[in-house]
Amino acid sequence: MDDFLAARSQMALSLGFHIIFACIGMVMPFFMAIAHYKWLRTGEQVYKNVTKAWSKGVAIFFATGAVSGTVLSFELGLLWPTFMEHAGPIFGMPFSLEGTAFFIEAIALGFFLYGWDKFNPWFHWFTGVIVGISGLASGILVVAANAWMNSPAGFEYVDGKYTNINPIDAMFNDAWFSQALHMTLAAFAATGFAVAGVHAFMIKKGKNINFHEKAFRIAAIFATVAAVLQPLSGDISAKDVAKRQPAKLAAMEAHFKTEKEAPLIIGGLVDEKANEVKYAVKIPGLLSWMAHGNSKATVTGLDQIPKNYHPPIAITHYAFQVMVGLGMLMLSLSIIYFITLAKKRSWLRSPWLLNLFILAIPLGFIAIEAGWMVTEIGRQPWIIYGIMRTVDAVTPMPGIVYSFYLFTAVYVSLSIIVAFLLYRQIKMVGRIYDI
Amino acid sequence: MLYIVIAFLWTSIWLYLLLGGADFGAGIIELISKREHKSKTRHTMYRVIGPIWEANHMWLIIAIVILFVGFPKIYTTMSIFVHIPLTAMLLGIIARGTAFVFRNYDAVEDRMQSIYNRIFVYSSAITPFFLGIIAASTVSRKIDVGATNFLSAYVDSWLNSFGIAVGLFTVCICGFLAAIYIIGEVHSSDDRQHFIRVAKKMIVAAFVAGGLVFIAAHYEQIPLLDWIFGHWIGSLAIGAASISLIFLWISLSKNRAILIRLLAGFQVSMILLAATYIHFPKIILLKGGASLSLVEDAGLNKTIEALAWALLLGSIFILPALFYLIYSFEKKKGIAH
Repeated sequence: MDDFLAARSQMALSLGFHIIFACIGMVMPFFMAIAHYKWLRTGEQVYKNVTKAWSKGVAIFFATGAVSGTVLSFELGLLWPTFMEHAGPIFGMPFSLEGTAFFIEAIALGFFLYGWDKFNPWFHWFTGVIVGISGLASGILVVAANAWMNSPAGFEYVDGKYTNINPIDAMFNDAWFSQALHMTLAAFAATGFAVAGVHAFMIKKGKNINFHEKAFRIAAIFATVAAVLQPLSGDISAKDVAKRQPAKLAAMEAHFKTEKEAPLIIGGLVDEKANEVKYAVKIPGLLSWMAHGNSKATVTGLDQIPKNYHPPIAITHYAFQVMVGLGMLMLSLSIIYFITLAKKRSWLRSPWLLNLFILAIPLGFIAIEAGWMVTEIGRQPWIIYGIMRTVDAVTPMPGIVYSFYLFTAVYVSLSIIVAFLLYRQIKMVGRIYDI
Repeated sequence: MLYIVIAFLWTSIWLYLLLGGADFGAGIIELISKREHKSKTRHTMYRVIGPIWEANHMWLIIAIVILFVGFPKIYTTMSIFVHIPLTAMLLGIIARGTAFVFRNYDAVEDRMQSIYNRIFVYSSAITPFFLGIIAASTVSRKIDVGATNFLSAYVDSWLNSFGIAVGLFTVCICGFLAAIYIIGEVHSSDDRQHFIRVAKKMIVAAFVAGGLVFIAAHYEQIPLLDWIFGHWIGSLAIGAASISLIFLWISLSKNRAILIRLLAGFQVSMILLAATYIHFPKIILLKGGASLSLVEDAGLNKTIEALAWALLLGSIFILPALFYLIYSFEKKKGIAH
């Protein structure tokens, strides 16, 4: 493995790890706030137990997310110093605001976790809400910074120099909204399905049913609403990418030839040498419609883009397929759940529905990882789209491959420990809360 | 506006040293404690630091964000040439942060606890040790931006006796801060006596390590004595620190928790002031006489202005909330949770 590939792998690994913890850390507080609210309103002990049980999960995820986020703020420079030297002053605004939001989150979390029975109950509840809101704000700000890499704004690039810098314009670049919306919904759907699935599993096992049912309902409603909204946000994103990053869209779709009435390619094997996709299902005109809102429109293919500016096509295409496919599965499950709530409440305890939710535990997170691969790999070879190539940004220090091995070992062991801790938390619910 | 940003940078580093330092120090004390005192230290520190634990480490993030937004050249130079200790420090941060949460939030108490504890205490010492090494590398004139081979570019920049001495000194300072802090938090007189002894040991250790720093500086041909005593601010700061150390030593045995905390905080602040003021606005001294400066190597005006506003705005939210957090848990300390 060469150092450039090692640097990219280490970055991908760190982000891929962080993103899971960040999503859970920013979404779970909302679940908690609902359960907490219900406890304060109804006085039912079970809601307090749910809140407390979840808050332990949040503490674990927040802390892990916080340290992996700290690591990332250094890694940007450790791995991509040339990028940071030029980009830091331009896209730093969301990071400095994110610092504030994150700080507030940490303070509010201190109040929330350690403040049981010490404060006015509604103040205590409110601090939990603040944890959620500031976490969400952090997430959106970080995504806005990433969006800038896809859609550079707020400066002029003349003769290799960055002039006329405007950090505010950089923050509100063209891609920030569509990316932030897509990511936020994804976080809610993924976390919601994961949490709901775990509780579904416990309901099925017949343990502490009341506790797990209450928890399941709260998580499931967030998950399903987000999953239903997600395709709409996906549509906004697709049109956005088609406009600004035709190479990425072409790679996502493995769309080799520029054509009118471009078909949507589903599945298939990408042959990058022959410039074709074998064994795929093609729906005529659908890609044109998705990208431009008109089934007759022309969609730029990879043939219009110089070969040395092609992103890796196969992997981007497959990742995109995985993301959309899983999104559709979650959408279907959500519709089934809505039907259950509206018409067939008896289904709520039926094993098949619980099984579906159990199967859905990892789907959202796999989709998130796939989605990040689409947006990051699809932007290659650029680190700042159209301005700076990733290979020109990498650190001159050799031996990054060892650093990559080291971080891999650390993140793999951390993932195992976190999974182990969660397993123990869930297993102990009955004993800890005496139910 | 630039000076507002610089003030925020300094304040973040200062607060990280004090609050984060005491936090690291808790682990360091646990590391050196005998078995019978380990769990006492652990539980007291958890009770006291738990609520503000996450917030303590935010100062590092604020400082690093200020650096990469406002002073990208300084940030990237450090990132390239001090890569290895930065990575070591990051691994320490990961290990410590996760071990802290794991040991407090594992639903089952079994032998895993001793693994978390071990990771926690060792990383509590390793992290500030590398922070010290990194800080030392900024003034030791060993960073060579023109270096052509791996060793001189990426290893000689930080691995030398001065760096190691400053690393040890930082570890001692952290332990010292924690020991002083914990004295006011224990209630039985046995515990108090124990932690007073620990604090005295840490003072002696810091004193010895401080001496090592000067010896190493001399050996590495770093004119540390000239720097500190060549300017009245440096002499005054170190003088004030030494005098307050005497007061501190005397007040230790008396029941004056707040006073000794203030004195300890004052001392560490003076040391940081002396260390940073000497070269201001230069922040990194490079091999061959060149340097990077907070004034000359700052980002463009527009960026600095936006950053200053973001920081001012942020502090309106953060400072009162943080103050209230510390205040309310200080006040409610007696109530069990």
